[in-house]
Amino acid sequence: MEFPILSLMLAVPLAGAIACLFLGAHTARMVALVATLVDLALGVLLWLNYDIGGAQWQFTERAEIFAGFSYALGIDGIALMLIMLSVFLMPICILASWDAISKRVGEYMSAFLLMEVLMIGVFASQDMFLFYIFFEAGLIPMYLIIGVWGGDNRIYASYKFFLYTLLGSVLMLIAMLWMANEAGTTDIPTLLNYDFSPQAQTWLWLAFFASFAVKMPMWPVHTWLPDAHVQAPTAGSVILAGVLLKLGGYGFIRFSLPMFPEASAQFTWFVFVLSMIAVIYTSLVALVQSDMKKLIAYSSVAHMAIVTAGIFAFNAQGIEGAVMVMLGHGLVSGALFLCVGVIYDRLHTREIARYGGLAINMPRYALFFLLFTMASIGLPGTSNFVGEFLALAGLYKVSTLVTLVCTTGIILGAAYMLYLYRRVVFGLQVNEDAARMPDLNAREWAMLAPIAAAVLWMGVYPESFLAPMRQDIAALEARVARAAPDFDADNTIGTPREHNANYVGFAHGEARGEEGAH
Amino acid sequence: MHPILFIVFLPLLAALVAGLTNKAAPPVFAKAVTTGALFISAALSWPIFLGFVGGSSEATVVPVLTWIQSGTLAFDWALRVDTLTAVMLVVINTVSALVHLYSWGYMDEDPDQPRFFAYLSLFTFAMLMLVTADNLVQMFFGWEGVGLASYLLIGFWFRKPSANAAAIKAFVVNRVGDLGFMLGIFGTYLVFDTVSITEILAAAPGMSGATIGFLGFTVQTMDVLCILLFIGAMGKSAQLGLHTWLPDAMEGPTPVSALIHAATMVTAGVFMVCRLSPMFETAPVALGMVTFIGAATCIFAATVGTTQWDIKRVIAYSTCSQLGYMFFAAGVGAYGVAMFHLFTHAFFKALLFLGAGSVIHAMHHEQDMRYYGELRKHIPLTFWAMMMGTLAITGVGIYHLGAGFAGFWSKDAILEVAYGRGTELGNFAFWMGTFAALLTSFYSWRLMFLTFWGKPRWIESEHIQHSVHKTPAEAGEDTTGGYHPHESPLSMLIPLGVLSIGAVLAGQIFAPTFLDDAAFWGSSIFYNEPLIHAMHGVPYLVKYAAFIVMLIGLFVAWLAYIKDTSIPGKTAEQLGPIYRFLYNKWYFDELYHYLFIVPAFWLGRQFWKLGDVGTIDRFGPNGIAWVVEKGAVGARRFQTGYLYSYALVMLLGLVAAITWVLF
Repeated sequence: MEFPILSLMLAVPLAGAIACLFLGAHTARMVALVATLVDLALGVLLWLNYDIGGAQWQFTERAEIFAGFSYALGIDGIALMLIMLSVFLMPICILASWDAISKRVGEYMSAFLLMEVLMIGVFASQDMFLFYIFFEAGLIPMYLIIGVWGGDNRIYASYKFFLYTLLGSVLMLIAMLWMANEAGTTDIPTLLNYDFSPQAQTWLWLAFFASFAVKMPMWPVHTWLPDAHVQAPTAGSVILAGVLLKLGGYGFIRFSLPMFPEASAQFTWFVFVLSMIAVIYTSLVALVQSDMKKLIAYSSVAHMAIVTAGIFAFNAQGIEGAVMVMLGHGLVSGALFLCVGVIYDRLHTREIARYGGLAINMPRYALFFLLFTMASIGLPGTSNFVGEFLALAGLYKVSTLVTLVCTTGIILGAAYMLYLYRRVVFGLQVNEDAARMPDLNAREWAMLAPIAAAVLWMGVYPESFLAPMRQDIAALEARVARAAPDFDADNTIGTPREHNANYVGFAHGEARGEEGAH
Repeated sequence: MHPILFIVFLPLLAALVAGLTNKAAPPVFAKAVTTGALFISAALSWPIFLGFVGGSSEATVVPVLTWIQSGTLAFDWALRVDTLTAVMLVVINTVSALVHLYSWGYMDEDPDQPRFFAYLSLFTFAMLMLVTADNLVQMFFGWEGVGLASYLLIGFWFRKPSANAAAIKAFVVNRVGDLGFMLGIFGTYLVFDTVSITEILAAAPGMSGATIGFLGFTVQTMDVLCILLFIGAMGKSAQLGLHTWLPDAMEGPTPVSALIHAATMVTAGVFMVCRLSPMFETAPVALGMVTFIGAATCIFAATVGTTQWDIKRVIAYSTCSQLGYMFFAAGVGAYGVAMFHLFTHAFFKALLFLGAGSVIHAMHHEQDMRYYGELRKHIPLTFWAMMMGTLAITGVGIYHLGAGFAGFWSKDAILEVAYGRGTELGNFAFWMGTFAALLTSFYSWRLMFLTFWGKPRWIESEHIQHSVHKTPAEAGEDTTGGYHPHESPLSMLIPLGVLSIGAVLAGQIFAPTFLDDAAFWGSSIFYNEPLIHAMHGVPYLVKYAAFIVMLIGLFVAWLAYIKDTSIPGKTAEQLGPIYRFLYNKWYFDELYHYLFIVPAFWLGRQFWKLGDVGTIDRFGPNGIAWVVEKGAVGARRFQTGYLYSYALVMLLGLVAAITWVLF
């Protein structure tokens, strides 16, 4: 048996989580940081040892528990990338909470480490029920983080969060039970190739959709997100935007598409319409926000709509693009929430109008914020461009109309992000207290610089990230090919024209040439 | 190592060094690093260009790094060097190096100089990536990179609200064009299964009869692809409809206007059409659109230019108009001629902008020409430089002598080729172009006369009042207010001198190469030999048309601004509505404000307040809460925030239990 690295990656933060419950504030912080860094190191090891082009499922572990329900772990390239995203963001979250959290530090760190366990668990699960447990349990620490360490209106936010999620969870659970009964297994790799009858697929697809659409979040079940973000502490927002929002997309890729290809094809336009509405609607809503976190939260909904549209393009570019948007958005929106957190820690307000002219007293901060703003807009050379470009290129093969509508997101995205940047960073220093804020300190540098590096790396040389997923997405494409929707941009080759458009016969030139000499 | 690697990456390196050290080092460090890098790049570019002129250089592609591979969509970072690129290399690097040098003087008192120079070099890098692109996506990278640099430089004085607004406007309006560009790339990839420019151009003729679905319609494949790409070009090159950002971009420091908004970035659209010329030649409808939009922009911008008072805005509209010339030249199939005008225009327009900057520098940041006058006696060197630029842009030259300033060669060629094309659209472009040439001459000489001739009107300027601490009443008879305009330092005068040489000679020297040498262009553009033949064969009246209208424009300007200065006021009064229409730039800004900006914010608020809060939340979570509250007495005590966690734990228990029962 191989070295159980995935189990170790679950065990390290779990041990840390338990330890933190009994430790004092400072020790708890240190333990959490060390535990997350160790997990990051293990993650790097995992990536380095991942055999690109090798077996589809690697680092597999399996232990029967009872009644066919087993503790089965294993990852493919897609899961690997999402695990990397999780372990990369975690130490940064701990750093972000270093000074900002002062009450019940041990419990807080414990909640975060527990969340890391559950996030890695979701992506590494090879058993459907194991996945479900990790998937749903991951929300408990998030409730606690919002409900205990959140802002003034945290109860309402966590209540909304709960209500939305509950609805989806119950339906997904019922669907999973039915599937386990029908297929006689809960093993995900087996289920990926199990063909359910098309009628059953429709119902199963809808049940899963209820859960994933909320997590995504898709319009119109997105309204929990702005409230949750606004109330969550900075690190909570980072994890929420960075990893939790990716669960929906991962679910679509792991379950909906390969397990119910016919139903997915049937609902393609349903997803497209919701995505198109989301891009326009939430971008415009983002434009009129006066709260920084709300603005970024709404922008997340718009970006996630590109993910859903890309996934349902049923082709390699669309899906690879969707995963790249998930990774890029995880980094960039996480970084943007950190940027908000940096100034929130100094002034304790998220009101955009309370800032202004920060380029004067915080030039380094302004530079980082600029980079992440541009990445969010999808400037080529940054992570988000790669994803959006591929997703939309894939989408164009299916529908020019949907692509046109979704691509307007690049105009609206530029408008609301630059408008935000202008009000916070540019202009005059209208608020005295904002003008006195010091620039980034070493801890904040350590948070932002690694993300900046990753954003540029992903933008300039995305091959590092695309290569591990290529084979898995090709397999997925092959799996769903039988149901792939028709495309509207059907190119029919005709008879080429005889002449180029500006063909000028010599006779004509000479006729005009009579009057003028050379 | 191929020199192109140094040419492209030295500016990037310099930008990073200057930007990251920023104020940690004295400003001279950043200035020296960036300017040095640009002079090296310029020095390396000229041999490549002259190699193509002499026929000794060969087209090549230098690979750099893998970029994106996804299914059949695969492309790399690579630098392509051919004739077209070489032309752009000398334009970009020469003007950029001179603008860097000029900025030593112009930005001397600015506290943020390292940032400024870093942005300039960053811009140059992005522009170089654009022109060396071997695939459409790298071109888009450069395209967006120059957009970023333009945004940063327009908003360089970020304390000014107007500069910030102009920066955002430039970026967002360009993004509208980018939407077209991106869709064009997607479509091209779909049709050709590649984004490599070489492969697309090779396959394009075979695709000329194809049809494709687009938004539910069936249309000509090549036309729709080229129109989409051209929409991108319209944004970047400020063509009619997407031009509104360019005049506002004058909020940036003047060297920026010279480099980005005159000589290089705004010509990217023209470059793109020329680069893809074999593709456009398969798309007659798209080319018709290019011709029409070019001709329309050319006349539109010229009319507005005649009424503006801000010296930089006049030149900005002039740029917009000249870009129109380049586009309709490309539209009628004369890509080499379009590139020639791009080449000469870069020199004389950069010269005019830098000259204007020198005037503004001399006049204590006053930009309104109503407050200038008599400056030729005070800043003679700047005056002569501006004079060279004006002679070039108005196209002074005599056909039979075979001698003329740069603009004479390129603009006349454009008018001739439009006429020589022999189609209705070509004739339309010719007449629009000729009328625009009259207006060009008028507004250029108007600028010269208002600025350098007449009596000083300086004291009416608030900037001058601040400088001399006097009001116009206190100054009395002395309309100078006792202000002494000073000639610019050497760092500013040298670039003016070098560019003056370009404005005088660039046309004369390079006309045979750019216009008639098919071997020079090679396969880098679609070279239409019969069309050039037709161009040379147009009647003498056509050849002299530009010169005649130039004289008319000069005469009218002399009449109105030197002979009898009451004419402009009277005319404006008599032609009230027309004058106001032109002065307000055809009301495009107002139109867009009410058509797009106001509705966008209104819709945003409606979606938020009525959609999210008023409908989704009201009937969703809040509605459920209400039902629960009404239905179950005492449910309120559960709302502690922890309840939900317990509920979830219960749910998980349920999973286990049901699983146990089932298996």
